[in-house]
Amino acid sequence: MSTVPADLKYTRSHEWVKSLADGTVEIGITDHAQHSLGDLVFVEVPDAGRVVKAGEACAVVESVKAASDVYAPIAGEITAGNPQLANEPEAVNTNAYAAWLMRLRPAAGALAAAALMSAADYEKFLAAEG
Amino acid sequence: MGRQTPLYKLHQELGARIVDFGGWDMPVQYSSQIGEHHAVRRAAGMFDVSHMCVVDLEGARVRAFLQHLLANDVAKLKIPGKALYTCMLNEQGGVLDDLIVYFLSDSWFRAVVNAGTRDKDLAWIRSQAVSFNVEVTERDDLAMIAVQGPEARAKAVQLLKPADAPAALALEPFVGRELGGWFVARTGYTGEDGFEIMMPAKDAVPAWRKLNELGVASCGLGARDTLRLEAGMNLYGNDMDENTNPFESGLAWTVAMEPQERAFIGRAALAAIRKSGSPKKLVGLLLEDRGVLRSHQRVVAGTVGEGETTSGSFSPTLERSIALARVPAGAGDQVQVDIRGKLLNARVVKPPFVRNGKALIGVTP
Repeated sequence: MSTVPADLKYTRSHEWVKSLADGTVEIGITDHAQHSLGDLVFVEVPDAGRVVKAGEACAVVESVKAASDVYAPIAGEITAGNPQLANEPEAVNTNAYAAWLMRLRPAAGALAAAALMSAADYEKFLAAEG
Repeated sequence: MGRQTPLYKLHQELGARIVDFGGWDMPVQYSSQIGEHHAVRRAAGMFDVSHMCVVDLEGARVRAFLQHLLANDVAKLKIPGKALYTCMLNEQGGVLDDLIVYFLSDSWFRAVVNAGTRDKDLAWIRSQAVSFNVEVTERDDLAMIAVQGPEARAKAVQLLKPADAPAALALEPFVGRELGGWFVARTGYTGEDGFEIMMPAKDAVPAWRKLNELGVASCGLGARDTLRLEAGMNLYGNDMDENTNPFESGLAWTVAMEPQERAFIGRAALAAIRKSGSPKKLVGLLLEDRGVLRSHQRVVAGTVGEGETTSGSFSPTLERSIALARVPAGAGDQVQVDIRGKLLNARVVKPPFVRNGKALIGVTP
């Protein structure tokens, strides 16, 4: 059974979003996502300064089996990609909620406009997805 | 829902993730694909390969029939139980399938063909067999378990009656024999030593459980694919198919053009290709930049032209990405691969990448 921390927000494409004190957000993939993908062997994160639209593919996680896009849940500007993941892609498998992929400063009003789910709603979504 | 092997329920019980493979519901992994891969390279793992199609071919003229049907020459098979890897071609020299054929007696050979090509193969073989009066029997009463790895044989013989174990351990590579109602062959698709064991379907579940108890890891098709790719072995449908010939698929070594009077199907087309020279070749690639090679990525061979990866993955043994690729015959030892619009550097190497647990390709970490 995958874990779904209560203090995060979630997307239908299995990203998690954490609000940081400085107004930026941290984004990663959920435990369910890492489990579905299997052993990760390569992670490509976006460069700081890149401006992304909501729903834009901006990172790639690759398992032995396949490559999967990770989508920006919120429009904004990337402030950092996680440099740790270049050498330790398996950190996402070990703890999906600690191994953030990117930090992003939401565009004005973008956070409120983003279609994010609460932990309870994401759990229901997972159950419905089977 | 697809077809299921006699081990399907056990795979589910063992927590396997099931995927469709050539119309079959097969386990792709149990816990960790990389863990299963390493189990085979370092100790022993097993695969359910019951979806593959075992075909018995019987008749007084069966040898002549196979010399007509197959691109490799079964005249090479002189001792009973000896196996031969070969392509079965169409008249254009395209690969209908790759298969292993065992010589069992002067009137009995056994072929093992791919699951995804089962119906096509059986129809083709039957149509060709008529004029040779060869009887073609699909052995769907059999299950098949591949036990692979440096410790595989020592563990697998514990399934046999003690009196049969020495005979199994004495099998030379690429030879099989019947033992206690099972057919035990020293073959595989991983680049490691081991057996492929054909057995009555009812024996498969107890055999799998016993092997688990002996420490043989349950392994899925995911690990099987990375193991065979490291071993430089082609996968039908990826690395070759009806539209490619053996010469451009790294399989020239499996085509017996001698003796010249052997008129096998596809021979005339291959002779013409060989005369003019194959414009393409299948090579191994080792990615030098960071990333993961996959099938169907564009390969740029400088000014010589372009090609395409046919299989690609992360290599758990080398901890680098590797691929097979079909490239222009004149491609040099350095190419670039288009991964999501970026051209990454790859070194052209001669497969296999890994054999018997050892890296054969120099990798600078």
